[in-house]
Amino acid sequence: MIMAERYASGEKTEIGSYLFTAERIVHFAERFDPQRFHLDAEAAKSSLFGGLCASGWHTCAAWMKTFVAYWSAECARLASEGIKPPKLGPSPGFTKLQWLRPVFADEEVTYSVTLLSSRPLVSRPGRRLNTIFCEGVLADGTPVVRFESTVIEFE
Amino acid sequence: MSDQKLAFEDFQPGRRFALGPRAVTAEEIIEFAREFDPQPMHVDEAAGRASILGGLAASGWHTSALFMRMMAESFLVNSFSQGAPGVDFMEWRKPVLAGDTLSGHSTVIESRALRSRPGIGMVKFCHEVENQKGELVCLSANSIMFALRDMLEKTA
Repeated sequence: MIMAERYASGEKTEIGSYLFTAERIVHFAERFDPQRFHLDAEAAKSSLFGGLCASGWHTCAAWMKTFVAYWSAECARLASEGIKPPKLGPSPGFTKLQWLRPVFADEEVTYSVTLLSSRPLVSRPGRRLNTIFCEGVLADGTPVVRFESTVIEFE
Repeated sequence: MSDQKLAFEDFQPGRRFALGPRAVTAEEIIEFAREFDPQPMHVDEAAGRASILGGLAASGWHTSALFMRMMAESFLVNSFSQGAPGVDFMEWRKPVLAGDTLSGHSTVIESRALRSRPGIGMVKFCHEVENQKGELVCLSANSIMFALRDMLEKTA
């Protein structure tokens, strides 16, 4: 089975949630994005954001985390039904990444994925390129992060 | 000038900031991947070698995060940065493998003061990250907001 057979174009699938605790926000920022509004709740108050908030890259990495967990479970589910799961490879990158609203400490983000398009790679027989729309929303549905990613698939 | 924090006015088109160098270890590739992207080619040397990536390879998001760290150290922490609304694109051109050393440049493409947010300016950058062989591993463009020095001086 290929991705385009499993997912109708435009069909949104919820893949899981991630809680941005202050501890997780600071731990990520210390390693990768040591700007004051990601590290220090007091200093963050005087920033444009108005409070301690997650690095945008943290909100992307959390999408990946929820996707890998979802995909692993989905592959197992398909296999249990006797269906050969799509074989996904690495991603060459993404476009149109938007950090629409800061994610503050103790906010939970629920992520989703939507297949936009899927095509064979003419230059590489046996491989396809899928374009997916990825999104994270807060409990009230407010979107916080969006991007379009490409993913290689082996036929 | 060097100890003065960078404000919007300091980001003139054409100005270039050096990124890195930053060595990437197998341990940190595996640590990041276990936390955020536990696919076999990011957590296991043999699985990485067997994949099209050709070795234990950093998650693309880890490469992005390392790029962020290099940018923070190069100019963001020493600036009046107000965060970024997003990233136009990021291409993971080549795998970042255990033992690679990353370096690169962020170049100012354009800058404009925001009418909608007085005191804040938007600076658009082109970012290029290479490995130790001079191969482009990551290419990106994004805009970052900075406070205007004019405004900072008025409110100081």
